[in-house]
Formats: sequence, structure tokens, C-alpha cells
Amino acid sequence: MRILKLIAASAVIALGAAGGTVSADEPLKVGFIYVGPTGDHGWNYQHDKGRKLVEETFGDAVEVSFVESVPEGPDSERVMTQMALSGHDLIFTTSFGYMDPTINVASKFPDVTFEHCTGYKRADNVATFNARFYEGRAVIGHIAGHVTESNVIGYIATFPIPEVVRGINSAYLAAKKVNPDVEFKVIWVYTWFDPPIEADAAKALIEQGADVIMQHVDSTAAMLVAEEHGVWAFGQASDMSEFGPNSHIASIVNNWAPYYVERVQAVMDGTWSNSDTWEGLSTNMVEISEITDRIPADVKASAQAVRDAIADGSLHPFTGPINRQDGTAWLAEGETASDGDLLGLSFYVEGIDEDFPQ
Amino acid sequence: MNELGSISPELLVASVMVASTPILLAGLGELVVEKAGVLNLGVEGLMIIGAVCGFAMSVITGSVLAGVLAALVGGALLGLVFAVLTQYLLSNQVATGLATTLFGLGLASLIGKPFIGVRPPEMPRLRVEFLSDLPFIGHVLFSHDPVLYLSLGMTLLIWYFLRHTKKGLILRAVGENHDAAHSIGYKVRQTRILAIMFGGAMAGLGGCYLSLVRVPQWTEGMTAGAGWIALALVVFSSWRPLRVLLGAWLFGGVTVLQLNLQAAGVGIGVAYLSVAPYVVTIIVLVLISANRSQRLLNAPACLGRSYYISS
Amino acid sequence: MLRLEPRAQPSTLMQATAPLLAIVATIIGGGILFLILGKNPFESIRIIFWDPLFNEALVSYTRPQLLVKAAPLVMIALGLSFGFRAGIWNIGAEGQFVMGALAGSAVGLALHPMQGIWILPLMLVSGIAGGFVWAMIPALLRVYFRTNEILVSLMLVYVSYKILTAMVTGPLRSPIGYNFPESRSFHDNPSMHNSELIAGTGIHWGIVITGLLVILCYYVMRRHLFGYHVNLMGQSNKVARFAGVRINLVIVVCLGITGALAGLAGILEASGPAGKLSPHFPVGYGFTAIIVAFLGRLHPIGIVLAGLLMALTYIGGELAQFMLDAPAAAIQVFQGMLLFFLVAADVLVNYRVRIGTPGRPTSGAREVTAGSSS
Repeated sequence: MRILKLIAASAVIALGAAGGTVSADEPLKVGFIYVGPTGDHGWNYQHDKGRKLVEETFGDAVEVSFVESVPEGPDSERVMTQMALSGHDLIFTTSFGYMDPTINVASKFPDVTFEHCTGYKRADNVATFNARFYEGRAVIGHIAGHVTESNVIGYIATFPIPEVVRGINSAYLAAKKVNPDVEFKVIWVYTWFDPPIEADAAKALIEQGADVIMQHVDSTAAMLVAEEHGVWAFGQASDMSEFGPNSHIASIVNNWAPYYVERVQAVMDGTWSNSDTWEGLSTNMVEISEITDRIPADVKASAQAVRDAIADGSLHPFTGPINRQDGTAWLAEGETASDGDLLGLSFYVEGIDEDFPQ
Repeated sequence: MNELGSISPELLVASVMVASTPILLAGLGELVVEKAGVLNLGVEGLMIIGAVCGFAMSVITGSVLAGVLAALVGGALLGLVFAVLTQYLLSNQVATGLATTLFGLGLASLIGKPFIGVRPPEMPRLRVEFLSDLPFIGHVLFSHDPVLYLSLGMTLLIWYFLRHTKKGLILRAVGENHDAAHSIGYKVRQTRILAIMFGGAMAGLGGCYLSLVRVPQWTEGMTAGAGWIALALVVFSSWRPLRVLLGAWLFGGVTVLQLNLQAAGVGIGVAYLSVAPYVVTIIVLVLISANRSQRLLNAPACLGRSYYISS
Repeated sequence: MLRLEPRAQPSTLMQATAPLLAIVATIIGGGILFLILGKNPFESIRIIFWDPLFNEALVSYTRPQLLVKAAPLVMIALGLSFGFRAGIWNIGAEGQFVMGALAGSAVGLALHPMQGIWILPLMLVSGIAGGFVWAMIPALLRVYFRTNEILVSLMLVYVSYKILTAMVTGPLRSPIGYNFPESRSFHDNPSMHNSELIAGTGIHWGIVITGLLVILCYYVMRRHLFGYHVNLMGQSNKVARFAGVRINLVIVVCLGITGALAGLAGILEASGPAGKLSPHFPVGYGFTAIIVAFLGRLHPIGIVLAGLLMALTYIGGELAQFMLDAPAAAIQVFQGMLLFFLVAADVLVNYRVRIGTPGRPTSGAREVTAGSSS
């Protein structure tokens, strides 16, 4: 019981100092937790870019800190708790595996605000946010369908979760639309980050005839291999144009920074709510980096048009008729996929000639 | 299984050679260390130090050669730390090796901070008129970078050194029975320190092959367990250099093969193939140890034991 | 010239002071490191070593968390200490940890949504069995084929990782988890959840069990015949054999104890703090425990202290990251440095540092630490 009292007392001290309403002269304490090193030039690097923009934008009005390479599980729960105890007002947890820890810690610190990236559980003080990466995949699928000569597109996939499956389907549908002969070859590497394996996977795909490489893994390894073998490639997470002066067509960029700034502002203004954000090209949470001029001008123009159409809502990457891989109907003519369907997507669409990993 | 036909053997073999080079180099280094009777579990740390030193130096100077030298020196220096602790201060080799890995990973990340997202200068490739254009042979044998050839050369050289030179004999004697070696007048400690530094340099070279050729870029934690595979390799080889080469091709080959099989559409169940080398290693181990004469021939008897001389 | 002279008996004084010297050396070395990185060295050291223990705002949570983080390390290291004393080098506790977690979880998940207070104990027993069976592979290979257990147990770590990934992407994958490679959460069923015993602290059954095991291991090591046999074997197989020790039995039992405790730690961690299985579940406890066992000099009390010290650097390291913006890599280097100094300082326990030429001629050489004796 003594310990319980101690906790309660110290929580009150900790929260009393910083929680609740934030006085104007006291800086808002914002914390970020990353699953890998900020130097991965991929997922964590982009989140950290967002952190830096928060720091730049608000200056002395915020006090920003982060912890990198925090394993999902009990270690992350401890880091979050320590951040909350040390007076952080807003904590961004930026990996799917932080979902349950975030919910647990949030229930103990009702006055601290949490933002969890890519999860599906919310609470009064936990909002979630994610990006519609599949919209970007539709744009690069469109380009790939046009520029491929071998009609074989290689795709380096991570784990068969809906996020990744959506990306493959979206890219395939867009490519198929402009090039009915296109074929996808998918390699599952069962890791988010392992540069040597990613490089080998890219090589294997190229040797199997792929002349365009797409990836869901985070490092630039595949881009460098594509450059070496003289095939096209698309970057992932951050702008990878530097790594493929000849190969790089465009990158799908995770642009969290504006969202972070907006949410910090909302907490300062007292307008924050536990929203569920799933934004894409329209709000630039997903960005397509500058498309290279090395592809034909008309392809570049039509790709821009696809991008703009998705952004203004006139085009949905998943518009029927679409059948499942086994031939059963999924979406009828003109029907678009619901968010619910997309969030749980775990099958290939018709035409992808690959085993779906079970 | 007509999908298999779409895998080109020459490209596959060439890829396997590239994929196996880092673990081959690190494995050869560790083999020499273990032959001298020292178990260094810090290979992962040594490799990543080599990866970052090689990358950083070649970016700074613009010269790949300088990078390779820096990797050798970086690996050897961290090896020296391990050597001083285990040979002079007689610390436990298992614990010190693990500490070396932890220290190496951290230090490499610190050194590498400014080099994230930078492109290294390109490693030149061998191109021999006529030879490189030969079908199959040309691609498999005459299309690689100098470090790959060096790794093959080192395999032979280490085999020759251990088997046919006086110094090699001394090294083996020290690993086999340090007391006896000492009483004959061999310098146990000096031999072991040199062996550990050599092992560090080789691991460093293997690491920089990752950051300069195979990937080529610097990212934190990029060795992703290659050092541990190198350790397995030495055991798999039953402490014979030529078998390290074989093992490296097996370990590297299985990974590349399963990716190729996936790309060829054979099915994703093949991802489980990646566990095969470890199981094979255990089986090999059992076979060696069940065979008494072979065990005595190869496994250094003093492996992992600290050694103290009072004079 | 400096040289080392073996002590007849390990110095008791040095057993206590060597680790302190190492910590002082780390504070100096670490201070220089943080200075180079542009951080205030005094503040850095204070945050890592002092704040988790004495920072008013944090201690209510960080103190119990030290126990939570140290418990699996101590539990595994206790098991390892038997083998290490006998000269049996199981470095695959990480694999036994994973297999224990898998076996225990599989049983729990298979029974879901059944209720009953017997479920968690059954899971723990399965976890013990899982780790035990996994440790029997190197044990039996060693006994029957004289296969080196260092290498077999290490190889089996990688095999266990692959099995874990296969299980959480296959049979154990949560049916309600959107195909993410992870199991159902143990929080979903109170019967299989190793829940918090004291709210807000994270204290769970694992800490209580670890405490009991420390006492038990102390007793076995000191008072029980088995402990005596283990120690004899560590000195020399020949001596042990003469004294009537059944060497092979000791090998099997030692590896079995390690596997069982690692497996128990695994399932306690999975069903408690982790709450689920995923490919990210293992974070290297099995390897860190090896260091803990050595730092604790294979003594139960020493192991507890070493485990707490390691836990302190983890928790303090996290604090230093967000309080000082120190990169995670700096903390790793700092921990590496601490370990280097600790293993180096051990030399003072068994040796005297002498200046000058040898006083009396000693012939030959002496082995200090047992290696893979076979």
C-alpha cells in the first residue's frame, strides 16, 4: 500500500507540474519514441524529420525529446511511462508494436496526450494516425506499367499485413490498367530492415527479369542494386533520388511533419481530440517526390494526373470491378473499397500470380 | 517445378559469391583466432566497426583503397582491445566477446552519424578483355571486385599458412596445448594477440565489403547478425579454411537461393530454408565430434581457455 | 615492470572493491565520452546512475522497474551459473528463453478462452519444459557425442528465432490482429495473464519467483551435495571422477537447470510485461544474462547485484536519451565500456599486481578460468 501511495503522490507531483492546462510561459514537453535508429534513412528518419520541424516551428514554446531504438514491448512501455512521469504533455509513439503499451500507459496518465502511429486502438487521450501509402503506390504502379519493357515488376515485401498487401494490390491494379501484360514478382523478406538481404532480394528479382523494382523495406539497398544493374526503381519512405541517379523514378515519401506541427498546435490551443487520422496524397501526408525526366514526358504527365485525381478524390485506387485472386467478386463495377475492407485486406487481387503467404 | 528453369545458374552463382564474401572473410579471421585457442564472440562488433571505418574513410578521401585500409585498422584495433583484456588481464573470453559486440555496435553508430545517406565511391570491377565475356565462366569468375578475389586468395593463404609453415605450426601448437607450447619456448601470449588482431582485421574487411560493395551504403546496425553467422561458419568448417569457403557458399547460398526461388514463383514456404544452415552446422558438429580422430585433429583443445604464464 | 602474480585464494577485499573500481573507471571514461559528444558529463552520469534510484518524480516507477528489468536476467544467470561453475558453457540461453516462451504461450493460447487459476501455472510449467527440452539438445549431444555445447547451443538460438517467426506468422498468429505477425494478447484472458501484483509498478510473479530462486540456488550451491559436485567438476574433471561424481549426469542436470530457468523466464516475460509474442519478443536477455552471471562471479547474491546494475544502465540510459538528447549509440558504448572495465577489474581478485622481477621462480603455467573442458 505504501508503494501505491507513493506512486499516486509522485504522479500528482509530476502531472501537477506539467499536465492539464499548460500555462503560456511553460514550454510544452513533447516526446517521440522510435523503433529503430534515426539514422536508418527510412521510417524512423522521416519521423525524426517531423520532430525537427516541431522544434523549428515552435522554438522556445516547446521542449522536444526523443528516444530511439526502443524495442516494442515492455521496454517501450517503460520509456513512455518515464516520459509521462518526467512531465511530457504529448508523446508520439511511432511504431505499430507500441499500440498496447501506449494504451496501457495512457490509461495511467489521463492528463498526458498520446499519438500512436499505424495502430487501431484509441482512448480518450490516445489518437491514432496513419498514411494512405497505397495511394502513392497507385501512382508508382501507373508509371511502372508504362516504363517496364520486360513486363516484369519486382516487389520486395516485408510481412503479409494489410498495409503491405494493400500496397502490392494497389500498385498492381494501377500497372495492369495501363499495361495488361504486366506481371508482379513478390519476395517476402520477413524483416523491415536488413540491408544485405534487401540487396540480395533486389538482385534476385532483377535476375528473374524484373526491370522495375518497388520496395516496402526501409533501406536504400535495393535502389543501389537497381542503379548498378541499370533497371528502374522507386524509393520508399524518404526521397532516395541521390542513391539512384539513373534508376530512381520517384519515391513515396512519408511526410509526418505537418501533422506533428498541427497536433502540437492543437494541444497548445486546447483543441486536441482523440481523432483517427488516415490521410494520403490530398493532405501531403503521402508525397510523391519529384518524378524524373528520364521517363517519357507523357508518362510523367499522366502520372501527375493520376496523383492529382487521387488527391482531389475523383479517383480511388480500388475502384471495381475487382475480383479476388481466386476469382470471386470483391468490388462491383464502379464500387470503391471501404476503409474497413482496406484496413483488413489480406488477399491478393485477381491477376497476381503468386502464392499468398499464410 | 518448371519455374526453376527461370533461375540463371551463372547469375545465381555470382550472387552467391558476393553474398558469401563478408562472412567468408570474417569466418577466416575467426578461424585463425580459434586455432590459436581463443574464442572471440565479438565478431559482429568487429565487422560493423570495419563497415563504418571503411565507409567513412572512403567517403572522406574518395579512395576505396583508403577505406579498405581503414577497415582493416579499425577491426584490428578493436581486436586489440579484446586481446589486451583477455590476454593481459585474463578476462573471461565469452563475456569480453559479448562486451566487444555491444561496444562495437555503439561506437560504429556514433562514428557513422555524419555518413548517413552519403554515397560511397564505387569499388572498381575486374574487366578482362575476352575473359569477362566468356559465357558462364566470364560472369562467375571474371566479373568481380578485388576484395572478392582477395577473400578467395586469403582462403588458400591461410590454409597454406596453417598447414605448411613454421609460424602456422606454432599457432596451432599454442591453440592445442598452451602449456606445452610455452615449455618449448613459444610465445603463447604474443601469438594469440597477433592472431586476434588478424581476426579483427579480417572481420573489419568483411564489414567494409558490406558497406562498400554489397549494399553499398552506411546504415546503423547494417551487419544484421552476419558476425554471428561467421562464428557458425568456423564450427561448420570444423576449423578448416577450405571448408570455411564451402560453408560461406552454403550459408550465403541458401539465403540467396530462397530469395531467388521466391522470385521465380516457387512459393513462399521456401523462406524456412534459411534455418537449414544452422541445423546442418549442428549435424556437422555431431559428426565431427562422434569421430574421435577427426576431432583431435581439428578442434583446438585449448579453445576459450585463459592462459597465464608466471614469468 | 608490472606483472601479475596469482593469489593462493581469491581476495575477498578485491571481490568487493574491483567492481567499484570498474564503476569509477566507467564514470571517468563515460564522462569523457559525453564531454566529446557535447553533453555535460556530470549531468550525464547523474542521470544514468542516480536518477533511476533517487529522482523524486521518477523513483516510484523506476525503482520497481529495476526489479522488473533485472528479474529475467537474474533468473537466467542463476541457471547459467551452475553450468559455468562446472565448466559447461551453455551460451544459448537466449534460445531456451524463446522456446520456453513459445511452449508456455502455445499451451495458454490453445486453452483460450477457457478460465481457471490453473492455466497460468500450467503455462509456466510448459515454459519450463520448453526451455528444458531445448537445452537437452546440446546436453545429450555433449554426453553421447562429446559435441561442443558452446556451439550447438549458440546455433540453436538462431533456430529458435526462426521457429518463433514461423509460429507468430502461422499457428499462433492472433485471429483478431489484422495478420500482424504477433500472437493474441495475454491481457485478453485474465487466466493466462501474468498480471501486475502492485498497480503501477509492473511488479509481477516473475520477481517473486526470482527472489525464491535466489535463495534456493544459494542453498543448493552451498549446502547441497550437487553444488559440491558442480564445484569439483569446475576444478577438474579428473578430480571429480575420483570423488565419484557422475560427470555426464552433472552435465545433463546443469544444462537442464539452465534451460528450465531460461524457459521459465521466457514465459513469465511473455505472459507478463510483453503481453504477447512477436518476432520482436527476444531482446537479448539470454546473452546479457551471460554477462550478468560472470559479473556476479557465478554467486547468487553477486548475480542479483550484477543484474540490478545492468538494469540500472538500461533505465538510466533511456532517461539520458530523452533528458539529454544523447543518442542510443552513446548509451551502448557506455554499457560496453562498463563491461570492459568490469571484466578487466576481475583480474585483481585472482591476481596481485607486482612491480619488478619475479620474486621466486615459478615453473610452467597455470590455467585460470576453465574453458570448455572436455
